[in-house]
Amino acid sequence: MEFFQGFLNMSGASFAQHMVNGVSLGSLYALIAIGYTMVYGILLMINFAHGDIVMMACYFAYFGITIFHVPWYFTFIGVIVATALLGAIIERMAYRPLRDAPKNSVLISAIGASFLLENLANYLFSGRPMSFPDIPLFSQNIAIGSIKIQAISMVIPVVTIISLLVLLHIVNHTKTGMAMRAVSKDYEIARVMGINIDNVISMTFIIGSALAAIGAIMWGIRYPGITPYLGVMPGLKCFIAAVIGGIGNIKGAVLGGFILGLGEILIVAFFPDLSGYRDAFAFIVLIIILFYRPTGILGERTTEKV
Amino acid sequence: MKKMMSVILASALAVGLLTGCGGDTKKDDAKSNVIKIGVFLPLTGDNAAGGELELRGIKLANKLHPEVLGKKVELVIADNKSDKAEAASVAARLIERDKVKVLLGSYGSSLSMAAGNIVKNSKVPAIGTSCTNPQVTANNDFYFRACFIDPFQGTVMANYAFKNGARKVAIIQEVSNDYAVGLAKFFKDAFIKLAGPDSIIEVANYQTGDKDFSAILTNIKAMHPDAIFAPGNFTESALLIKQARQLGIKAPFLGGDTWETQEFINVGGADVEGVAFSTAFDREKATTAEAKKFLDEYVKEYKGEPSALSALAYDAYLIAIDGIKRANSTDSVKIRDAIATTKDMEGVTGKTTLDKNGDPIKGAVIKTVRDGKFKYIDFVDVK
Amino acid sequence: MKNKRDLILSAILLIVLFGASWFANSELDSYIRRIVNLCLIYAIIGLSMNVTNGFAGQFSLGQAGFMAIGAYTVGIFTVPVELRANVFYAVPMNPFIADIQMPVWLALIVGGLLAALVAFLIGTPVLRLRGDYLAIATLGFSEIIRICITNASSFTNGALGIKDIPPLNDVRYIFVVTAITFVFIAALINSSYGRAFKAIREDEIAAEAMGINLYKHKCLAFMISAFFAGIGGGLYGTLLGTVDPKNFLFTLTYNFLLIIVLGGMGSITGSMLGAIIVTAGLEYLRIFDEPLKLFGTMIPLFRPGFRMVMFSALLMACVLFWRHGIMGTREITWSKLIAFCKNPIGFFKRKGAAQ
Repeated sequence: MEFFQGFLNMSGASFAQHMVNGVSLGSLYALIAIGYTMVYGILLMINFAHGDIVMMACYFAYFGITIFHVPWYFTFIGVIVATALLGAIIERMAYRPLRDAPKNSVLISAIGASFLLENLANYLFSGRPMSFPDIPLFSQNIAIGSIKIQAISMVIPVVTIISLLVLLHIVNHTKTGMAMRAVSKDYEIARVMGINIDNVISMTFIIGSALAAIGAIMWGIRYPGITPYLGVMPGLKCFIAAVIGGIGNIKGAVLGGFILGLGEILIVAFFPDLSGYRDAFAFIVLIIILFYRPTGILGERTTEKV
Repeated sequence: MKKMMSVILASALAVGLLTGCGGDTKKDDAKSNVIKIGVFLPLTGDNAAGGELELRGIKLANKLHPEVLGKKVELVIADNKSDKAEAASVAARLIERDKVKVLLGSYGSSLSMAAGNIVKNSKVPAIGTSCTNPQVTANNDFYFRACFIDPFQGTVMANYAFKNGARKVAIIQEVSNDYAVGLAKFFKDAFIKLAGPDSIIEVANYQTGDKDFSAILTNIKAMHPDAIFAPGNFTESALLIKQARQLGIKAPFLGGDTWETQEFINVGGADVEGVAFSTAFDREKATTAEAKKFLDEYVKEYKGEPSALSALAYDAYLIAIDGIKRANSTDSVKIRDAIATTKDMEGVTGKTTLDKNGDPIKGAVIKTVRDGKFKYIDFVDVK
Repeated sequence: MKNKRDLILSAILLIVLFGASWFANSELDSYIRRIVNLCLIYAIIGLSMNVTNGFAGQFSLGQAGFMAIGAYTVGIFTVPVELRANVFYAVPMNPFIADIQMPVWLALIVGGLLAALVAFLIGTPVLRLRGDYLAIATLGFSEIIRICITNASSFTNGALGIKDIPPLNDVRYIFVVTAITFVFIAALINSSYGRAFKAIREDEIAAEAMGINLYKHKCLAFMISAFFAGIGGGLYGTLLGTVDPKNFLFTLTYNFLLIIVLGGMGSITGSMLGAIIVTAGLEYLRIFDEPLKLFGTMIPLFRPGFRMVMFSALLMACVLFWRHGIMGTREITWSKLIAFCKNPIGFFKRKGAAQ
């Protein structure tokens, strides 16, 4: 009975606060999941290093604002550019040489890239946690009735939706987007038809990494502790979010992010005794989805061609 | 060609590496006017911040007390990477290869415990610097420590909470951190003894590396605790307290000695003002002559206020030196026996006497954060 | 004829190596013995990972979780009963298991079997996935196992970990276990099961068309891999003398990934070589972490953390330029060795066309 105590005793105000927290976390996951799903959709590979790109972006922001004292609006633009560049470099060095290699090699390379980034950050910036710069405009607290929310938590869903719309526009209504879709549908034919595969893939990584940078900035403002391993769990969870929504499907990534974020918060809200198992929740949902609906909620049902 | 090269290379590497590892094997007791003290600390990885501070304390102590029994004291420093297997490996290497007579370290009780068997089997005494888990010295005659242990620390904080009027306390523990779990348990036991069986209204868990505590905090907010005891690593704790304040929780936060690092204030900002935690040392309680020396030298060398970690590490070095002096020998077992009888040794954190488990009988300082700095509030002596 | 000769030669080699381990046990100091033991343990786990990843072609990242199961089984059941109350000081040990104490060898086997059981339960949903998905799913399970261990305090002592495990730094013992592992897996790979694994690795659909039961074989590979990973984990626990959940983060699996990529995915001898290089490397490359003075000037790069950067760079370099690792899918066999001894230079020349 005590196990269900949290469930039965929750007040309306608490529940509303939990919902707000869940949406806040969910939109953050969604933002990072979009980057994951983009790369997977085009290249059919999991970019294990995506979470670590988020981590590096946080460090870039730290250096820009705290060390070099550049105002935040300029720094953020700089961070997005720098991260996009980082993503392109990683693609060029770790993935492009293996484009014709068996699938496992690319996977190992991605794992290696992730590992390398983490160790590099550990070496360059030392393992000691640093504080993401505080920007009062975003970190101030707003109260709506008895519900408390940080200003940034209201900004994040907006940024997520905008990013979603911009991305959908690029993919569906521009030539670059059309090229990306062509490459994702059939790599060989696209190449034969004259599409410059290298450029398309680089562009995909650049856009994906830029999104990661935006996600990193939002993440850093919301959760200011920066360590070299900060990207590990979010990376895994956001990938799971993308899978839940349908890997390759941008709208699905957003949906998956919200489901995961809300789910995590509500599980702990209703069953506080399970708070230690919270990370397991994401993985359990992953297993269930892969078992019953592997293409995800919004994914297309594909059959494997023999 | 490639195949031949790869096979030859592989076999050569394999043979060479396996037999030749740890190149500096030959320099040992040949020079008899040097006595070696090994230092194993986390200098990289999660615990690097603490390890770094402790290294400062030891280096300072070595600078101010460079000799014992007419021999120069040489520090052999090794990084255990905040990893257990590394800690065991490194301790073995320091003892076997570098032939240290005494081992100092580590920050992080699980790392110290990993070296426990090795020091026991090689009969080399080890002095823990800030590892507060009672297990480190329990059942191990060769492990001592310079700091108080968690049962004491938990009781101190429970008493402090009760003294300041708290009757309903919530505990938020970093369940994947042995230090936090141990401390939480001792706090809980002590507080229940003081305030009754229902006084701990909630025990919530989070994992190392977690960033979002809004769910557990929202739950706790609804229970209106008088205080919240949140033992854990400083990064997570700082974020936790920030989010609590953002949610409008006004209850005071209590913690343990891991909070005393600059990063805690950096990450926590204005939100961590007013928290209280127990620790081993403070300038205001620094009454011994050794403490004055330490304070002056530290500020000169490192330009900032020393943390308890540096003070404890300094004392660990002193305990070692004192033991060697009283043993009047460089034999590790004799040194161990001398250390075991340490009584009223004047250190930075007070006069140190080691009990039969190898733990010092000493009090705790309670500190808070005010105006972005750590400030002394109170001292609790051991009864 | 050849088989009999090979068998006799292998048996002689094993006896010689056993003698070497006896010598190592008495002559070498405990630091080197520790490294050798760690190397052998890593070889066992690396080989277990090679069974799924290299031979059966199923990319699994779950070794850390299975190791944890093995290590904790050994930890829980081998700590002397008198000391247990002391170790489990926060949450008392669950009464069902508090009085059961096993000798190490039994705990190892039980640990391995338990790991295999968990692999069976996990395998059923997960093995129908391919490539990337399988990797993430096994990674996820490895983490779930670790999270469960962290929270199940009355069984595992949670984050406090288990201490006072009777230590085992005996090279002979660990060598025997390693030898058994290698012999067993070599026999497995050379049997019809092994051939089925390789068929699945090369082309699943064709293998299925040829009548191989995909699920049964994948599951078998997974379970055997988990069994030996569990045993390796148990030995790891006895080597350290203490276990806690933080030891078994999925980043531990990366070490073994490096071992099999370096040694060659799909080669038994490769796993051994990879393990030797990685273990010795991790120790020997420690010099990278300390400041280095060359000709009187400090080289600025060398400080703590550099060693791991070198290591991850090595993994990257390996997978980019040297995908097949040292051995690829080849093995060192007696036939090749004898041919080598008879005609050292010609041995390499005659393979010229096939390079």
